[in-house]
Amino acid sequence: MAGSTLRFSLLLAAAFAGRATALWPWPQYIQTSELRYTIFPHSFQFQYHLSSAAQVGCSVLDEAFQRYRDLLFGSAAFRFPHPIEKRHTSEKNSLVVLVVTPGCDQFPSLGSVENYTLTINDEQCLLLSETVWGALRGLETFSQLIWRSPEGTFYVNKTDIEDFPRFPHRGLLLDTSRHYLPLSSILDTLDVMAYNKFNVFHWHLVDDSSFPYESFTFPDLTKKGSYNPATHIYTAQDVKEVIEYARLRGIRVLAEFDTPGHTLSWGPGVPGLLTPCYSGSHPSGTFGPVNPALNNTYEFMSTFFLEISTVFPDFYLHLGGDEVDFTCWKSNPDIQAFMKKKGFGDDFKKLESFYIQTLLDIVSAYGKGYVVWQEVFDNKVKVRPDTIIQVWREEIPVKYVKEMALVTSAGFRALLSAPWYLNHITYGPDWKEIYLVEPLAFEGSPEQKALVIGGEACMWGEYVDSTNLVPRLWPKAGAVAERLWSNKMVSNLDFAFKRLAHFRCELLRRGVQAQPLSVGYCDMEFEQT
Amino acid sequence: MEQRGFGRLRLPGLLALLAALGVLVVQAALERRKAQTPRISASRNQNLWPLPVSAMTTPRLLYLSPGNFFFGHSPSSKAGPSCAILQEAFRRYYAYIFGFDKWPLDSDNVARKMKLQKLEVSVIMDPECDSFPSITSDESYNLLVQGPVATLTANRVWGVLRGLETFSQLIYQHSSGTFTANESNIVDSPRFPHRGILIDTSRHFLPVKTILKTLDAMAFNKFNVLHWHIVDDQSFPYQSITFPELSNKGSYSLSHVYTPNDVHTVVEYARFRGIRVLPEFDSPGHTASWGKGQKDVLTPCYHSREPSGTFGPINPILNSTYSFLSKLFKEIGTVFPDEFIHLGGDEVDFNCWKSNPAVLHFMRNKGFGKKFEKLQSFYMQKVLDMISAMKKRSIVWQEVYDDEGKLTPGTVVQVWKKDKFHMKLRKITAAGFPVIISAPWYLDLISYGEDWTGYYSVEPLNFAGTPKQKQLVIGGEACIWGEYVDATNLTPRLWPRASAVGERLWSHQDVTDLGDAYRRLTRHRCRMVGRGIAAQPLFTGY
Repeated sequence: MAGSTLRFSLLLAAAFAGRATALWPWPQYIQTSELRYTIFPHSFQFQYHLSSAAQVGCSVLDEAFQRYRDLLFGSAAFRFPHPIEKRHTSEKNSLVVLVVTPGCDQFPSLGSVENYTLTINDEQCLLLSETVWGALRGLETFSQLIWRSPEGTFYVNKTDIEDFPRFPHRGLLLDTSRHYLPLSSILDTLDVMAYNKFNVFHWHLVDDSSFPYESFTFPDLTKKGSYNPATHIYTAQDVKEVIEYARLRGIRVLAEFDTPGHTLSWGPGVPGLLTPCYSGSHPSGTFGPVNPALNNTYEFMSTFFLEISTVFPDFYLHLGGDEVDFTCWKSNPDIQAFMKKKGFGDDFKKLESFYIQTLLDIVSAYGKGYVVWQEVFDNKVKVRPDTIIQVWREEIPVKYVKEMALVTSAGFRALLSAPWYLNHITYGPDWKEIYLVEPLAFEGSPEQKALVIGGEACMWGEYVDSTNLVPRLWPKAGAVAERLWSNKMVSNLDFAFKRLAHFRCELLRRGVQAQPLSVGYCDMEFEQT
Repeated sequence: MEQRGFGRLRLPGLLALLAALGVLVVQAALERRKAQTPRISASRNQNLWPLPVSAMTTPRLLYLSPGNFFFGHSPSSKAGPSCAILQEAFRRYYAYIFGFDKWPLDSDNVARKMKLQKLEVSVIMDPECDSFPSITSDESYNLLVQGPVATLTANRVWGVLRGLETFSQLIYQHSSGTFTANESNIVDSPRFPHRGILIDTSRHFLPVKTILKTLDAMAFNKFNVLHWHIVDDQSFPYQSITFPELSNKGSYSLSHVYTPNDVHTVVEYARFRGIRVLPEFDSPGHTASWGKGQKDVLTPCYHSREPSGTFGPINPILNSTYSFLSKLFKEIGTVFPDEFIHLGGDEVDFNCWKSNPAVLHFMRNKGFGKKFEKLQSFYMQKVLDMISAMKKRSIVWQEVYDDEGKLTPGTVVQVWKKDKFHMKLRKITAAGFPVIISAPWYLDLISYGEDWTGYYSVEPLNFAGTPKQKQLVIGGEACIWGEYVDATNLTPRLWPRASAVGERLWSHQDVTDLGDAYRRLTRHRCRMVGRGIAAQPLFTGY
């Protein structure tokens, strides 16, 4: 008997070694053992602890239980385990969830606590968290701990995990203006974000190319500014669905309405909003950024952002402010007159500042906070001290590392995106470079570092639509996810490669069209439909 | 009801006259083309990809109603309803044109307009319905689109397939749901006979479904060769009947294999689309996966006089190697009906051979000195002879020529190294060997932005050489190697980038206007998306 036990534990070790590499992103603290427990799909349950603040009826967790049950066990028919297997392992027939603070109907926020502990031992199988958001993260981890033997039996090993995110803002940007993304693409992305513990969906809704957001105050914006007003739009219902789908996964929706540049598609629906460009002394028929010299502009913005503030529940709005081209403003005599009147001289940055400040005041009055692209800071617009600056430029005007130092030394909170433009594709294993970025590798005081609230992976849409979005995003964006969640010390490429390759196979198993990192295979390959 | 009987009627005199006029107009169009004004003729054919040799279109619209349109054989055609290739193609193209929905028969809301009710297909010579396409297959066709009966004439079924694709591209569905086509006359034939896509199923396994999908998309782009790089170092998914251990031990897993039935499915699916399947079994390098299932086929590498436990290229000094290869290639020659087999021969690393005492001994005996190139040539020549003995022809990667092997005349050399590839083309054609170009078309090497323009702007014959040399360029291939590509990202990486290569190999040399190509390709990619190919966008838009 002793001999057979020994052989058995060796087998266990082999199986375990395969399984322990499966976690992505890697938790802050983990201790596991070779001791394993069997899980029987037909009897396994997610349960609320008697003293949990969340109980049956908690939408966020009720639905999550259902989701993870499907993800883990699918709809396959399960046979009872072989009696011999049963003798050697004990069973876990439930994961007990204990949430300390009530709050199932709220929206996640920048301040949400996502900590959790997962304790799987002889006595208990317990997921403990401060909030439902932490419970969601723990459920994902739990789902990654469960593995299946070649005979088809499910197991979970004795494990202790204490986990929390390194940064509170872990975002992914999608651009639905350059190409329209069908609602299903967005919802599917939210699912995969949750698998990666991302918690912010930065929705770059509109831009020069098209205006798919259907505004109920200004329906002409979409009617005249979308690619196709019947099909290529997001209705109020679509937006609601995205927000609720995201909420149920602990993901915030950060809506971006970028102005005063990147607004060509706004023009047809709101006559007079854009600056008419001049060629010599005549209007050339083309238009530039939003016209900052007219009162009408601010009246429009005021009404429009009132709607936006109501539709999007997150405390923060993204107001853009990037890449404003001054050429058109320079050409327009009315703007020139306005500049003179305001005493701006030839400094169009002052005009831009004037516009942005007015806009920020409008949005503040609606009780919202805001995120802006780095140009707003670079151009020295006076902004409220609690403004969040998103750093996106890699080299110019300064290297992004330097920019992070500048932004934080001015006392602003910073978001990092510059090294994470996932739409910039190159040949080879480009996830490594993305993975090795250290967001706090700039010179600055501990107080400055504390102002870095996280970062975002950006998937701009010039060359991306629903045909290629998923393989371009995953598993590359996963590299950003781990950087933002896991401890700074978790940066070994070989360790990451093994886990990420494993995780991408798990994504395939979950139906996500995630592309390969290198040569090799997955047990379950992606099948064309 | 009178209209439905056209199949049995002769062309009325007026139509015949129109047809004759059409030919005249085409000739006029050809004259214009010579006068360097491709833009004019191209701008009228915004929907066509690749652009035909000549396409004359009038503003006159013909109306099609799905319930009252069909494909049929002309009474004078050498092919009839027993020609499975055509019957299948008719069904396919009906669905591409009208979708898969059921349409009411005779929805006659366009009663007074000129209708197009039938495409009558006529094959002039032996149709080759039951043959496999080959390098010499005639793909030319004439398409006369007029009401109420359009005609598609070709020498063989292969031309009909290309013409059906063009016909389907001429039909436009308006937002009202109405289908129209402009009256047109198209005369078309390919510039190069070998227009291929290389897929790599060793670095990553591609499910059969994915391969079939690729064949569909290839037909939309008038590609005619699937170069199947089926095995390599990483895995051996080809299930051999003679040597089943090769895939049993050498595949990624037992579900990552192509059974004989899978291969047959691919070959037949390709045949129905006028596409040849060119199998590549690359040796003597790139063969690590062969060693797992075939003992002693690889060279044992040595480290300080002891076998190091690692293996190198195929062992070229053993008789057993050649008897194994001869059996294997005999099987491959039967399983794959194409006249050509690709033998690889690229990137052979000599270090392992250099380390092996038996190989060194063999080199001395043969008088090869230190030139391992000679050893490789010795090996390649033996394999080339096997293929010749089977009455088949070989294709090899450019190294086999570089290494100055005595190449059997008629061996085709594939040029893949991008550096100075035009010079290479000049040298190889000067030596009298046919070539296939891939060097500028490695689509797996991705970059940000509109890289299709680079592939499109390549001129294959842009090297110094005699007309005879240029004639030796039989075509090209777009390659999508599999290091970072599997079923998850193959389709958007291939299409529409490979389409750029498709037009370069099909259309006339002076079809080079990027603006015009962009407009047509944008529509073509939307059409592919509509047909279920997840072709990625060229740029912003919808």
